[in-house]
Amino acid sequence: MKKKSLNFRALLSAGALFLAIGFSACNGGGTSGESKSDSTKSASDDNALIGAGSSFDNPLFSKMFSEYNKLNGLKVNYQSVGSGAGISQLTNKTVDFGASDAPMNGKQDSAVSAPVLHIPVTAGAVVLSYNLAEVKDTLKLTPSVLADIFLGKITKWNDAKIAAINKGVKLPDVAILIAHRSDGSGTSNIFTTYLSKVSEEWSSKVGKGSSVNWPVGLGGKGNEGVAGLIKQTPGAIGYIELAYAIQNNMAYAQIQNKAGRFITPSIASVTAAANITIPADSKVSLTNTDAADGYPISGFSWVLIYKEQKYGDRNQDRATKLLKLLSWVIHDGQQFSGALNYAPLSPAAVTTGDAILKSATFDGKPILQ
Amino acid sequence: MDTSSMDKDLITLSNASLGVISPVKTADSLKIRQRLRRSYRQIKTENVFRRVLVLMGWVMVVLVLGILFTLVLESVPSIRALGAGYLWGKTWDPVQDVYGAYPFLLGTLLTSFLALIISIPFSIAVAIFLGEYYPEGWLPNLLKNTVELIAAVPSVIYGFWGLAVLVPIVRGWETKLGVQPVGVGILSSSLILAVMIIPYAASLGRSMIQMVPSPLKEAAYSLGATRWEVIRSVIIPYTKSGLFAGILLSLGRALGETMAVTMVIGNTSIIPKNIFSPGNTMASVIANEFTEADKPVYLSALIELGLVLFLVTVVINMIGKRVISRFTNE
Repeated sequence: MKKKSLNFRALLSAGALFLAIGFSACNGGGTSGESKSDSTKSASDDNALIGAGSSFDNPLFSKMFSEYNKLNGLKVNYQSVGSGAGISQLTNKTVDFGASDAPMNGKQDSAVSAPVLHIPVTAGAVVLSYNLAEVKDTLKLTPSVLADIFLGKITKWNDAKIAAINKGVKLPDVAILIAHRSDGSGTSNIFTTYLSKVSEEWSSKVGKGSSVNWPVGLGGKGNEGVAGLIKQTPGAIGYIELAYAIQNNMAYAQIQNKAGRFITPSIASVTAAANITIPADSKVSLTNTDAADGYPISGFSWVLIYKEQKYGDRNQDRATKLLKLLSWVIHDGQQFSGALNYAPLSPAAVTTGDAILKSATFDGKPILQ
Repeated sequence: MDTSSMDKDLITLSNASLGVISPVKTADSLKIRQRLRRSYRQIKTENVFRRVLVLMGWVMVVLVLGILFTLVLESVPSIRALGAGYLWGKTWDPVQDVYGAYPFLLGTLLTSFLALIISIPFSIAVAIFLGEYYPEGWLPNLLKNTVELIAAVPSVIYGFWGLAVLVPIVRGWETKLGVQPVGVGILSSSLILAVMIIPYAASLGRSMIQMVPSPLKEAAYSLGATRWEVIRSVIIPYTKSGLFAGILLSLGRALGETMAVTMVIGNTSIIPKNIFSPGNTMASVIANEFTEADKPVYLSALIELGLVLFLVTVVINMIGKRVISRFTNE
């Protein structure tokens, strides 16, 4: 009988221990926790790489990685958790690579223990979609008008400034309603970076970031949330991803670029925007591009890896697999972009990407020859 | 077997267990031994069961305290950087690292209390109808199940319905009233919340009303009271603490609701001017911005928002408990 109660007690304490482990594990999964056990676990499966980050990249990555799996049998597990979360997972070394729609900022840079490489993998664009049932022609917008609309300075569609660039278009006397993203996103980051470049006032009043303090307008969650607000509200204007706008047949405006031309957003004009001199670290914003036929509100999406691939208990084999995968992504993988409405990398971007991949090392020695 | 022989057997038994060799080993003593063994086992089971209950209780306490502790711990960077001004700061600007929770605090309280006010007439009416007028029958059963179903529908579905059906209706009202017709905003979210919280107060109210002793009601009827008078003077006074507890439960639900509200509130950090203005609640800000919070203070400010929401819920619950106990003491 004594034995029986002992058993029960052991069971209880085992339960308590289990709970305690559960708690501590939850803690470890937090932002700054030690996650060594996670990384060892992930490293144990030799034929699978783990990535996390940008949700914008997710449809493209799913396609690319499944194609790569057919070719090389390598499994890539990509978690679409958002750019910020991808960067923090890379910082905690729980993933092999991160993916982000914005280069790492100063604070994120100082948080990582070793240099991180940015490899451009695809480009996307942000389009201005609107709901004006009466207007049949494509609306044209200049950077300064766009900034004034989003600053709340132009409040009616028939404002003289809008009418001046849309000659011959009958604009209704309807209040402008602005729709923006309510969740933090790379799309907002590209759009606010663009506005900060073209408008002094925007730059000083609002600034750029994946979430900003919007002076006016309504927030919708995700592309679908913003698109929903636009479709429902007559007189609404908002920014959404190009791919989403194309797939959902939404009207979007032509934007005047730096060269003074009004550009319709398309895969071709986004690729064109990226055909500029790209710095060696590839951390460049394509917004307000110098390219004459480039769409001005576009941006790269990057894959992030550590420059020195020997960390934790990583082996040479794993590092080589990762680098080979990324090299395939920027070359052969690009053929899958168009069908999914992503802009393929420009030749300049591929050349830069190649050079960056070659600079990655394992124990000080280059991985790719 | 008389008691004295049992006593004797017991003594022998205890002697045996003490190691004293007992020569007596009858069939009776064996039976007693079995009986004793069984009662020992019963006592053990009783103890173990009680311990499991205590443990489970403690797990709940530890969980809640653990959540509070984590929230406080993770809020430290933000508390250090922003101080108490966080609570009444009116700007939420992640670019400048300026965070003020006031617009969201206001949004949460506004939507929840407005929803409560809208829902009370419905939930009390349903409770009285089902509890007093028609406790049985197919129609009341249908109504009862429908009301309970309202609580079971996932909140994202309410969000969709709100966006597709309710928002255009509200926009129509706004056009007639001459305010900017946006549709989404405090009013739309309160209406959605009101629908979502009706079942909580209604179900609790119904069971409370059914528990009113019939002698009380019959006495009132026999004195010539009408149905309305019975409800007003007997049922409502008898059940008010229960009705209030139900209302409190629905308020708790309204405070924490995230998804449906996010979809129809407009998500702007500008302080709402009237009930048609768009706004934001603490829960939806957390849900919206948590994944992309890329700076330590930003993340911490969002967690502090969670802490504030937690404390608001606790305070409202405590006030509610006090009100209930005052009602019951009367």
